[in-house]
Amino acid sequence: MGVAAHLPALQVVVPLVAAPLTVLFRGRRIAFAIVLLACWAAFAIAVALWLQVNQGGTISYHIGSWPPPWGIEYRVDRLSSYMLVLVTGMGAVVLPYSWPSVERELPRERQYLFYTMFALCLTGLLGIAITGDAFNIFVFLEISSLSTYVLIALGRDRRALLAAYQYLIMGTIGATFIVIGIGLLYLQTGTLNLVDMGQRLHAISGHRPVLAALAFLTVGLSLKLALFPLHQWLPNAYAYAPSAVAAFLAATATKVALYALLRFYYSVFGESAVFQRLPMEELMLVLALGGMFVAATVACFQTNLKRLFAYSSVAQIGYIVLGLSFDSLTGLTGTIVHLANHAVTKGGIFLLLGGVAVSMGGVTLTQVQGLGRTMPLTSFGIVVGGLSLIGVPGTAGFVSKWYLILAALEAGQWWLVFLIVLSSMISVVYVWRFVEAAYFRAPPAGVSGVREAPLSMLLPAGLLVAATVYFGLETSITLGAASEAAAAMLGAGR
Amino acid sequence: MSVAGHFAYAVTIFLMIAGLFIVIARGNLIKKLVGLGIFQTSVYLLYIAPGKLIGGTAPIVSESFLVYSNPLPHVLILTAIVVGVATLALGLALVVRIREAYDSIEEDDILTADRAAGDAEL
Repeated sequence: MGVAAHLPALQVVVPLVAAPLTVLFRGRRIAFAIVLLACWAAFAIAVALWLQVNQGGTISYHIGSWPPPWGIEYRVDRLSSYMLVLVTGMGAVVLPYSWPSVERELPRERQYLFYTMFALCLTGLLGIAITGDAFNIFVFLEISSLSTYVLIALGRDRRALLAAYQYLIMGTIGATFIVIGIGLLYLQTGTLNLVDMGQRLHAISGHRPVLAALAFLTVGLSLKLALFPLHQWLPNAYAYAPSAVAAFLAATATKVALYALLRFYYSVFGESAVFQRLPMEELMLVLALGGMFVAATVACFQTNLKRLFAYSSVAQIGYIVLGLSFDSLTGLTGTIVHLANHAVTKGGIFLLLGGVAVSMGGVTLTQVQGLGRTMPLTSFGIVVGGLSLIGVPGTAGFVSKWYLILAALEAGQWWLVFLIVLSSMISVVYVWRFVEAAYFRAPPAGVSGVREAPLSMLLPAGLLVAATVYFGLETSITLGAASEAAAAMLGAGR
Repeated sequence: MSVAGHFAYAVTIFLMIAGLFIVIARGNLIKKLVGLGIFQTSVYLLYIAPGKLIGGTAPIVSESFLVYSNPLPHVLILTAIVVGVATLALGLALVVRIREAYDSIEEDDILTADRAAGDAEL
């Protein structure tokens, strides 16, 4: 067997090995080099896997050659390869940015640890996306979560510590709920392989422990993906974490948790069990709307821009879950495409905010006054990202909202179309607050020599902003992949 | 099924609820972690108890043994224990850092201190 056959294992192993290597060498330069190489290699592997899946269909890789359902299986299908490309792609963009950013935000002797944790976090997220084993999902989830807590605690502000602690408590409760759910499923089916579990569950989908497992998994994963009202950990974590961490988490962590939810709903329970035995459709709809309206409204009253956009993330997660609640091909396509579109948009915004934090010393609304004059490129980028959050045509956000509206029309829910547009109006309000401060206020007195963030920070951010526009105009890549993934998921459930 | 047959589940659920209650009800950061530990531990029991059959042996293929206990849950929980230890260690480390930064490990005091600092910032 050539290397190509082992790509699924290498996808996880490469970043996993990079982590201890950085601790062995300890130098911040060499740590950066190692993790950067690992990250780009992981991206290359993800793209290669994506091409393989497109040509030859689902890849099933048996760890240690033990065949499933006894051995652990890595399973790369359309949705998981989509997630792998998304996560590694964001990692590959954020990591080069993190060098100048971490250089300014962390004490020198601790910088190598940032790269260690980054590699571990990437490992965990990739593991969740690639594995076909239920317990493996929990283990990888904890690898990514534990490293995330450390990454958040690295923030300069002392509130970062409390944010990390609160996330640790909430995250662990969520993860424990997930283990309880997996445990109940294991007790009922006697297997941990997701595909095998799904087949065995068909016969017993009405049993009460199965429904309990569904409830535990839903609550646990909703905590991890920050579904309203379980989002309390998210705003502080994003606001006080180092900028590079906030960008990476905003772009990937919640998205991968949502992937796990989709995986359990469609591959394991099969939509029949999920959407017919319990009123999941209505529940998800209500929670999604709660996020879209409550979190977006709260965002309008924030003075710290990072918190503002963190609440906006909760609102956007509402849209993502909204697509799920339609239980239709169009809706699921909207969900999956918004995963990527929101990741790109929000990743870009947080990267730019990191640059603002470096130049202006903070990101409160008073500190960004006159930003349109002092840092024109940065504020233009944030505005483009903001337009995508609103869903203006020509940006990535429009494509996803268009699909959500189509799904609502298909389901005959006209009032929902109205609500989607209404909640977009709320995003106009919070984006406008930035625009007003940046373009219609004079720079605060005493900040004369402010210049753009260094090029090494602007370039990755600019790349994501460009991608926001590109995916808004040229939709064949994201939308094509998303609709194929959605069709595959729905096909597996039926 | 008798009440005795469900004893393990009753204990599991009691520990689960007690642990979760402590996490929510207590304001002391260390006590919260203790509650979290109890909550996680209850899950170990949820996995292990059904894996054990009374009179069952390790799964060794032999004429003389007919009833086997399932070893897989034990292995899974071994992993979960490691995760639990790592979480607790990280949580305690964070509490140490929080105490250094705020001089308190009571959530109320810390939030008051943050609010005061936040007002000064504006």
